[in-house]
Amino acid sequence: MDKKKRTNEWGRHRVQILWAFLSNSYLAGFAKGRIYQGKLKNLCVPGLNCYSCPGALGSCPVGAMQAVVGSWNFKLAFYVAGFLMFIGALTGRFVCGWLCPFGLIQDLLHKIPFLKKINTFPGDRLLRKMKYVIFLVFVLLMPMFVVDLLGQGAPYFCKLICPAGTLEGGLPLVLLNKGMRGAIGWLYAWKNVLLAVILILSVIIYRPFCKYICPLGAVYSLFQPVSVFRYKVDQELCTHCGACAKVCKMQVNPVKTPNHPECIRCGRCTKICPTGALNTNVGKFGK
Amino acid sequence: MKEKNKKGRELSGLSDRTAMKIGIGITILGLIFMAFGIWRGEMAVVFEKAVNICMECIGIG
Repeated sequence: MDKKKRTNEWGRHRVQILWAFLSNSYLAGFAKGRIYQGKLKNLCVPGLNCYSCPGALGSCPVGAMQAVVGSWNFKLAFYVAGFLMFIGALTGRFVCGWLCPFGLIQDLLHKIPFLKKINTFPGDRLLRKMKYVIFLVFVLLMPMFVVDLLGQGAPYFCKLICPAGTLEGGLPLVLLNKGMRGAIGWLYAWKNVLLAVILILSVIIYRPFCKYICPLGAVYSLFQPVSVFRYKVDQELCTHCGACAKVCKMQVNPVKTPNHPECIRCGRCTKICPTGALNTNVGKFGK
Repeated sequence: MKEKNKKGRELSGLSDRTAMKIGIGITILGLIFMAFGIWRGEMAVVFEKAVNICMECIGIG
């Protein structure tokens, strides 16, 4: 198999597109400018998918977490925390690579040719820790403690940062509703600027949102070293050729740390490995 | 960074088998947490938030 064929990612992209469609298949919402209000919204989807997207059938786990910790009668979110633990411990960051609609958008944008693609830069490693701070501050602490007179906290990550909410919810709803167009202000402008910056950066840097900002990826990454679905290296077959590390867009060396928190399980490394030394515990993957 | 040693131990010092056992434990704990959260009514809060347009999420609120 030639190298081009082994690094072809359209198999994974097809799964991402299918999942993005399935989880946003309330087409009437796009036609009428409203959101789905059925019982499926009780359930969280595994990826970052705004529940105010007109097509969304399920709830965004990050939004759901903020809703519960920010509510006056609950402060601990067992339902959402349990969901994140379940998905994270079962699959690690597989969701980031295969089931997140915003990850798909960044993947596709990165395919656009650009003069110089940036793989890493000084401060890259440190900047990747920022997603943990964002999770702690904007998803947990602020909704919990920065509250109104009734004791209700706002979803600060959604409100101030989330570009997925702007892209999937803000833009279509504002375009489809005349009333909402009259209500937009500085916050809407700020979020659109942020979205534009992230989309432009995605052309140059692979998945900048996932690497530096995403609180959902931060949570899943904590479970990756102990996840049930995992990568393994057969040291006897490995020739240390470095092909896997070279092909990794998240700058992980899978031979050193096959279950590194930054790995999004895209499967490029397992496909490129010439000796089949790098594999998963459920067999060959990513073809 | 230390390399993974020949017995298959990773940076965390855990063998694959131990790491997987911990993963299975957390998966089960996650299910218990979910059940407890549903029992105490958290799902209703999620539902309530998700079926109304979240003005903050879309940058209007």
